Amino acid sequence: MGWFKRIKGGITTSTQNKKETPEGLWHKCPGCKQVTPTAENEANLWVCAKCGHHQRIGSKEYFHILFDDGRFELFNEQIFSNDPLHFTDSRPYTERLEETCEKTGLHDAIRTAIGTADGEKLIVAAMDFNFIGGSMGSVVGEKLSRAIDRCIEENVPLMVISRSGGARMMEAAYSLMQMAKTSARLSLLSKKGIPYISLLTDPTTGGITASFAMLGDLNIAEPGALIGFAGPRVIKETIGKDLPKDFQTSEFVLEHGFLDKIVPRKELKPFIANMLRMLAS
Amino acid sequence: MVFLDFENDIKELMEQLEKSRAIQEKGKVDVTKTIAELEDNINKARERIYAELTPWQHVQVSRHPDRPYALAHINALSNNTFIELHGDRTVKDDKAMVGGFGSIDGKTVMFIGQQKGINAKMRVYRNFGMANPEGYRKALRLMRLAEKFNKPIITFIDTPGAYPGIEAEERGQGEAIARNLIEMMQLKVPVICIVIGEGASGGALGIGIGDKVFMLENAWYSVISPESCSTILWRTRDQKEQAAAALKLTAADMLEHNLIDGIIPEPIGGAHSDHESTFQFVRKEVKKHLTRLSKMDAEERIEKRIAKFSAMGSFVEE
Ligand SMILES: [Zn+2]
Repeated sequence: MGWFKRIKGGITTSTQNKKETPEGLWHKCPGCKQVTPTAENEANLWVCAKCGHHQRIGSKEYFHILFDDGRFELFNEQIFSNDPLHFTDSRPYTERLEETCEKTGLHDAIRTAIGTADGEKLIVAAMDFNFIGGSMGSVVGEKLSRAIDRCIEENVPLMVISRSGGARMMEAAYSLMQMAKTSARLSLLSKKGIPYISLLTDPTTGGITASFAMLGDLNIAEPGALIGFAGPRVIKETIGKDLPKDFQTSEFVLEHGFLDKIVPRKELKPFIANMLRMLAS
Repeated sequence: MVFLDFENDIKELMEQLEKSRAIQEKGKVDVTKTIAELEDNINKARERIYAELTPWQHVQVSRHPDRPYALAHINALSNNTFIELHGDRTVKDDKAMVGGFGSIDGKTVMFIGQQKGINAKMRVYRNFGMANPEGYRKALRLMRLAEKFNKPIITFIDTPGAYPGIEAEERGQGEAIARNLIEMMQLKVPVICIVIGEGASGGALGIGIGDKVFMLENAWYSVISPESCSTILWRTRDQKEQAAAALKLTAADMLEHNLIDGIIPEPIGGAHSDHESTFQFVRKEVKKHLTRLSKMDAEERIEKRIAKFSAMGSFVEE
């Protein structure tokens, strides 16, 4: 307890100064090794111009991509994990949290914001993979639940951008129950007939896939993302066989009937705005 | 009989008891007194050992091969009136997930549960209690059927996890579980869930959204098994005992953190040592809560169910 107070001052300043892209003037594509000037990479929305590889960006970049003129209001920023189980593995959970906060400038693995996309009002909850693998603990569950509640109160559509390895193991059953909690809130949103678009990005696995990520009115994904319930390594170990090529990619999941559409990042904002307009008119 | 490593004292006494009984049967020597003493000592040993089980030992008990599985509970609770219903109407019939109607004192109930095999052959047949998507979809189909005819639902949770396989992924394991979570939240009929053995992760939660969620005293419930947790966080399987403690996965821990609604006691020595008493404890709790829940109207039940799960979480706000 109290660890977040010690670093709070540090966080708020470092958030402002934090660069959203890797340091340096050049970006090397992990897909095709093409080297691109950082500014060009940013202008291309962190997608490789040569091979189309979608880089793992975070909430800040998605807010920038989706909201008009880069204007949006973040809400419920001051919620922190309090390590309810006093979890320690090779090191205390509080230490991990503290270090991750300092390193990323984030408070947990999801941020929620309200704004407009091509004039269409919406609330976006976007996950940050660089915060303990985007894992879902109580804070992620609470912030997403509050975002859903705000959608209901203000009659605003919801978009959730998932990028997560699944559960926050250090919160054990608390983490598990966030699947139930967020599904509970989504059941209320659904009853109100308010649209929910779920965007699955690389990677979306485990408890995230088995709860809100698969519960959109529309489930869409970025190209080439890893999407699945069990991780590929676990499956390989269980069945003792090699996995098929393209197994658990967005394209694979679409072919098997669990995605409505694969939307490249460049088309994301117009797609969302257009869809919201269609649902409203 | 199968004895767990920490049940050695009980094992030795049981062996002595068997020998004494054999002598008694021959009729040459009267060992009535010895037998009575041994029985008394066995009870004392059970009490002593089971009074202070470690979290890992609870996990061991929850996996005991003689422990009653879902169908045993269902048959006992329904007084053998259970009629199993099969299939998800889409792909196939998942043998790791069972369900159907049965009656408790003349009242029809929908029973659903993950079923483990009772011997080597059946364990494979039941896929070790690991359901595929069609298992979760069968469960949801049957819950809808119960809702249509206004019958309460009782689920028995006992799984090492949802099955991680190629076909499971192809048929949407994640979507199947997610769908159950959101649909179960809005079920108009009473739902009681009982973790009777292993409650591992989303695979357990997939039939675990209830107005009342109970755990048997020696069951465990968490986001991951202690072995897998050890592998991931300690990078070795050897820390499973430490992982079991850190995960706070016992019934007592889960109740302390308000993540379940209650604990159903087991006989001293665990459910495997005395099935009948276990069934009686379960029956008592189920009947009490079925009566209470049936008196509420559907909207009130749903509201309370949603409020309960919505309150789960621990954080601080500045
Ligand atoms: Zn590239």
